[in-house]
Amino acid sequence: MRKMTGAQAVLESLKREGVDVLFGLPGGVLLPLYDAIYQSDIRHILVRHEQGAAHMADGYARATGKVGVCIATSGPGATNLVTGIANAYMDSVPMVAITGQVNTFLIGKDAFQEADITGITMPITKHNYLLRSAKDIARVFREAFHIARTGRPGPVLIDLPRDVTVEDVEFNWPEVCLPGYHPSVKVHEMQIKKAAKALMEAERPVIYVGGGVKYANAHKELSELALKINAPVTTTLMGLGCFPEDHHLSLGMLGMHGTRYANYAIQESDLILAVGARFDDRVTGKIASFAPQAKIIHIDVDPAEIGKNVRVDIPVVGDAKNALEGLIKEVAPKPQSAWTEKIAEWKRDYPLRYIPDINVIKPQYVIEKLCELAPDAIITTEVGQNQMWAAQFFVHKDPRKFVSSGGLGTMGYGFPAAIGAKVGMPECEVIDVAGDGSFLMNSQELATAVINDIPVKVAILNNGCLGMVRQWQELFFEKRYSATILGRTSPDFVKLAEAYGALGLRATKPSEVEPVIRAALASDRPTIMDFIVNPAEKVSPMVPAGATLSEIMELEFCEESDSSHLERMYAKSRSEILGQEE
Amino acid sequence: MRHTIAVIVENRSGVLARIAMLFSRRSFNIDSLSVGTTENPEYSRMTITVQGDEEVLEQVIKQLSKLINVIRVSELDPEDSIERELAIIKVSADKESRAEIMQLVDIFRAKIIDVSQRSMIIEVTGDEEKINAMERQLRQFGIKEMARAGKVSMVRGAKVIKA
Repeated sequence: MRKMTGAQAVLESLKREGVDVLFGLPGGVLLPLYDAIYQSDIRHILVRHEQGAAHMADGYARATGKVGVCIATSGPGATNLVTGIANAYMDSVPMVAITGQVNTFLIGKDAFQEADITGITMPITKHNYLLRSAKDIARVFREAFHIARTGRPGPVLIDLPRDVTVEDVEFNWPEVCLPGYHPSVKVHEMQIKKAAKALMEAERPVIYVGGGVKYANAHKELSELALKINAPVTTTLMGLGCFPEDHHLSLGMLGMHGTRYANYAIQESDLILAVGARFDDRVTGKIASFAPQAKIIHIDVDPAEIGKNVRVDIPVVGDAKNALEGLIKEVAPKPQSAWTEKIAEWKRDYPLRYIPDINVIKPQYVIEKLCELAPDAIITTEVGQNQMWAAQFFVHKDPRKFVSSGGLGTMGYGFPAAIGAKVGMPECEVIDVAGDGSFLMNSQELATAVINDIPVKVAILNNGCLGMVRQWQELFFEKRYSATILGRTSPDFVKLAEAYGALGLRATKPSEVEPVIRAALASDRPTIMDFIVNPAEKVSPMVPAGATLSEIMELEFCEESDSSHLERMYAKSRSEILGQEE
Repeated sequence: MRHTIAVIVENRSGVLARIAMLFSRRSFNIDSLSVGTTENPEYSRMTITVQGDEEVLEQVIKQLSKLINVIRVSELDPEDSIERELAIIKVSADKESRAEIMQLVDIFRAKIIDVSQRSMIIEVTGDEEKINAMERQLRQFGIKEMARAGKVSMVRGAKVIKA
C-alpha cells in the first residue's frame, strides 16, 4: 500500500474510476486538492461560475453515458453548484460533485466560507457524504461512483474538509459494500409474461418512452419490440432520439407541446407500455382523464416511480434493457392494423407546422435548417420556447444526442451542457439552441470555451423576450407582458462573442439563415449565431395546463400586427431605459 | 388510516435528518417517531407512525427504501404486533391528593419515580390509549409537565425484522 496525502488519494480514486476530466473552480480550502490536480495528468476545465461546472459535468454525462465530475470550493462555491445538482437529480444524470469544506474542527462554527452543503443537497442528491478522515476517501469515492451510475442514476456529493486533504493515508481500494443499496436490475419473469400477454391482446397499444431507455442503452431493443408488434412509439423530452423520428411508427414527443397525433394516440389507446418514464405532469395533462381506456404496463428501475402518479396495472421493476429483451422473446409478431392506419392518418392530418415567412426569420425555420445542415449534431437546449422548438422541429434519431433540462427546467443549462458534451464527444458537432434570455444566464462560460478551445456553436433564437412566459401572458393574461420584454438591444451578441474571442454571426433575414449556419459549422472556434426571429411566434400545439391531452389546440399563427406590436414595445422599453422620448 | 413501520437504518450521523427531510419533502405526515439502537450496534431501529391511505403508505415504504442508509423497511400489522409507548408525567400532589394518585398509579400499573412536597413524577408504559387514559385521569390533579416517547413496536411470535 502506498502512502499519500488525502488530496492525492482523491486523484487516485478518480483515476481508478476512469475519470478523464474535471470541471471546476478552486478556492481556499481546495488549495491542497488543486495542488494535487496540478501534479496529475487528469484534465481540468476551469469554469467561470460553479453552476457552469455542474451543468458541464451533466452535459458530459448525458452525451457520453459516463459519470460527470464537478468541483467547487466550500460555501458559495458549493451553493453555486446547487441548481446544477438539482437539475441532474431531476433528470437522473450520473454525476459526482466534489465540494471543499472548512477544516473538520471548524465545521459548525460558522467559519469563513462554511456552508452545510450535505444538509442543503440532501433532497437533491441520490446520496451524499461528509468525509471526516482521509482513510475513508477511497471507500467513499468508490461508493459514490457506484451509486451515481447504477440503478436509477443520479448525482452524489462528496464534501471534503481541508484537513482531510492534507492528512497522510495509506491508499487501499476496497470493494463496494452497501447493505442498504441493491438496485433492482433483474426483472420478474411472471410480470414479463403478463405484460407480453397484455401487449398481444391489445388492439391499440402505444409505447411511451422516457429517458430510462437512454440510460439503460435499450434503444435497439425498444425498436426491435416496436417493429415486431407494430406498436407506435412516443417519447418524452428526455427520451427523444430513443426511437428514430423518421420512422412511420414514431409519434414524436407527447404532452403539453407534443404532437397532436401522439396525444390523440395516448387518449385513444387501450394499452400503454411505459418504459423508463415517470408520468410527469407535463406529459399526462389532467391526470384523472389521462388515457382513460388504457391498461398501463410500467417498466422502471426505480420501484418508487411505479404507482406514484398513475395507477399501474402491470408493474415491471428492473432494467429497461432486460425487460425489453424479455418482452421481445415473449411476444409474437403482429401485423399492421386498423390502429397503425389510424396513426398514419392522424400524422397526415395533424402534422407539426408553422407558417414560413420570407421577410422575418421564423424560429422553427432555424431549427429545420440546423437539422438539415447538421443532422448528426448533439443538440443541447436552454429552457422555454427554444427548447420546445428544438424538440419539435429537429428530427431526433439517436439517443444521447438531445441534451436538455427536463425535470427542473433550468434556464442557462444549455450552453455549459454543450461545453461538457463537446469535451466528452470532441468529434461530434455540438449546438446549443438558446434564447436571448437564457443564454445570458451562463454566458460567462464563453471564456471557458474560448480558453480551452472547445468549439461549441450557439444558435440564439433572439426574440427580445422571455418567450414562453410571454406566450402564456398573451394567451392567459390578456397580453399584459409583465417583466418579459427584454428588448432588441441588450446586449449585442455578436460583439459579446467577439469580446470573449469567439466568433459572432448574425442573421436578420430568412435568406441569411443558411449562410450563417454554414459559416458556424465551418468555424473551428466557439461561435454564436444571433438569429433575429419573429418575436410573436408561439410554441404550438399546446395542451393548456390542467387540461386533458385530447384538448390539445393549435395556436393561431401570429399575425404581422402581433410582431410589430412587440417591436414597438421593445422600442418603448428601450427609450424608457435611456430616459428619452421617442 | 394510521400505519406503523419499522425501519432498520445504518447507525450513522445524518440518517435521522435524511428520513425527516424525506417525510417533509414528500408531504408525508409523521404521527410518531422513535429511534434507538438494536441488537447490532451498527444498526438503529426506527418506529414510525404515518397517516395516509394505502397508496401513501406504499410511497413512504418505497421512498424510504431508496435511501442508501436504510437497510430494511417493514409495515407492522396492528393485529399481529405489540406496541408500547412511555410517558413520564409530573403532577401536583399534596397530602390530600397523594393517596388518590397512588391508587390510580396502581390501577394503571404505572410507577412513581419521584416524590416531593408538592409533586410526583409518574412513569407509565403501555399502548397509546392507556397512556391517554392515564393522562386524562391525572389532569384533575394538575399536570405540571409531561414527556412522551414515540411508539416502539414488534411483531408477535418468532418472526423477526432485522438487517
